[in-house]
Amino acid sequence: MQRETLFTINTIYREPLHIDGIFFGEGEKALAVVGALRGNEVQQLYICSQLVKALGERERAGRLAPGCRVGVIPCVNPFSMNLGKRFWAADNTDINRMFPGYAQGETTQRIAAGLFAHLRGYKYGVQLTSFHLSGDFTPHVRIIDAGYHDLGLADSFGLPFVMLGKPSPIDTGTLNYNWQVFETNAFSVYSKETSQIHEESARRAVEAIFSFMAAQGMLRGVGDADGARQRPRHFHEENLVTVLSSQGGIFLPRRAAGDRVEAGDALADTLDPYVGEMKERLTAPRAGIVFFNHDSNLVGGHEVAFRIIPDL
Amino acid sequence: MAITVASAQLPVGESLRIQKNRIGPLDRTVPHDKRICIVTGTHGDELEGQYVAWRLAEKLNKNPWDLHGVVDIYPALNPLGINSVYRGMPQSDLDLNRIFPGNGNGPVPEYLASEMVKDMQGATVCIDIHASNIFLRELPQIRISETMADSLVPMARFMNMPLIWIHASATVLESTLAHSLNSVGTPTLVVEMGVGMRITREYGEQLIEGIFSLMSHLGIWGRKTPPTTPPIISSDWQVSFINADHSGIFIAEANHTARVEEGEPLGFIADPLSGKVLEKIASPVSGLLFTLREYPVVYEGSLLARILHGTP
Repeated sequence: MQRETLFTINTIYREPLHIDGIFFGEGEKALAVVGALRGNEVQQLYICSQLVKALGERERAGRLAPGCRVGVIPCVNPFSMNLGKRFWAADNTDINRMFPGYAQGETTQRIAAGLFAHLRGYKYGVQLTSFHLSGDFTPHVRIIDAGYHDLGLADSFGLPFVMLGKPSPIDTGTLNYNWQVFETNAFSVYSKETSQIHEESARRAVEAIFSFMAAQGMLRGVGDADGARQRPRHFHEENLVTVLSSQGGIFLPRRAAGDRVEAGDALADTLDPYVGEMKERLTAPRAGIVFFNHDSNLVGGHEVAFRIIPDL
Repeated sequence: MAITVASAQLPVGESLRIQKNRIGPLDRTVPHDKRICIVTGTHGDELEGQYVAWRLAEKLNKNPWDLHGVVDIYPALNPLGINSVYRGMPQSDLDLNRIFPGNGNGPVPEYLASEMVKDMQGATVCIDIHASNIFLRELPQIRISETMADSLVPMARFMNMPLIWIHASATVLESTLAHSLNSVGTPTLVVEMGVGMRITREYGEQLIEGIFSLMSHLGIWGRKTPPTTPPIISSDWQVSFINADHSGIFIAEANHTARVEEGEPLGFIADPLSGKVLEKIASPVSGLLFTLREYPVVYEGSLLARILHGTP
């Protein structure tokens, strides 16, 4: 295990921003795992820390396949994480909209360029990521349809769902989109939380990465490919059924990500915040699995309250 | 007349409303099938357009008989951002100008964006007024993507802006309001002027003259307007970007909008802790200093200046 500083930017009145990677093995650039690109991705940082710890144990036990270099970058943005800010704290730009970066450009373009210079050329890339909507996901792998993807590879994470999404114009600045442009098989692994640690889903994310590594020949021995026995369901993002709120108020969810629901099941109640009367009951329009749930106890009108993976 | 273009309930006793002021001709015998949209307040920290929205409405209210078409003024596409001194949409941290054309079945920001586009679509012309952000001060200018230059530059010439900057197309900019409207055949000009969180009345008045000039040209305004200053068109010139190589405090020495000579000092980056100068910035070319850093705290990569130079 080696810790290397990949990129540094000096700051006024603060210590320099260092982006550190932790590397295992030597040889072909096999797998890179990137954690918190944003300052609120505490769960993603935690998953990486647990991954590093467990990789160290496997390295000491001689279980890493020879000729493979595996890198983990737990935190790209301590500058913002230490302030409790999601985006680059100086100008509120999102590093994950700046890839592949520009070494002569603005600060976050330089950070993206400096990082991407190290991340290019890996055979596989995993980003532990979060979503701009406040809510919980059922664990899944998301792949952007950017022309260089293999859905079948994603099966070996052993997570229950693999979602293929079409890139919007702003997605063209993400790490995963650009990994694909430069011929890395890129996967986004979503776990349950973002700013809070959820140990069970973090453990599952670490297991998923080990399962993937075992399936691709990066790990030797038994025990790390168990998850791959579960064949995940593939679906396109556009096939998700969205349940929108129409009323604002106090939001009391009755179902959560991962739950199975039947058509007509109550999903959440929205109460008048002053008198406590029910303003709206949200129900499942289709039977399926809850993929996403709004996690705040306040909701506005026209917010995405739930997304459901409908039964086939 | 104030019209609500789109609304969504907020959680507690309030609705978010996107409003416009529709001012139509008093003389109903005059055909008034033409419509101009004046749009601003997309970013909550850009206030230059507030003066223009107010001033335009004030002038039109005083001279209603000269109006031969419809003027729709949208002073605040992001009212919550303006109310909270916040550039993005406060609840989601999304940049509104990166989610157009929106999605009627999406979360609140995308829903509102789609309603805005529907409301503006079909106008004779749309003027999308931005200030710069809080970091940079800009010479009043029209920005046009190179793919739209042929159709938009003739209209932009009426706008009384000293510079028309024709910039390269970028995929991420396909999510802007201007791109979305131009894509559906509604000609849209983007104005950038001044600096964030401030109002520069001189620039506002300059733009008001341009708007009346364009309205007169289109037959929406019945009076003749004085000739406007011919703009510099950037495609005939080159633009040099000057970025900081050190983090520190930028002290400007050149004057914004001045002509600078090659080698002339533009400013320096100071370290107040040590009393040292970290970097002296000299102009790499002779030309027009049309962008200058306003906010003194800089990081490696921060944009300090842009200079228009070359020979037409």
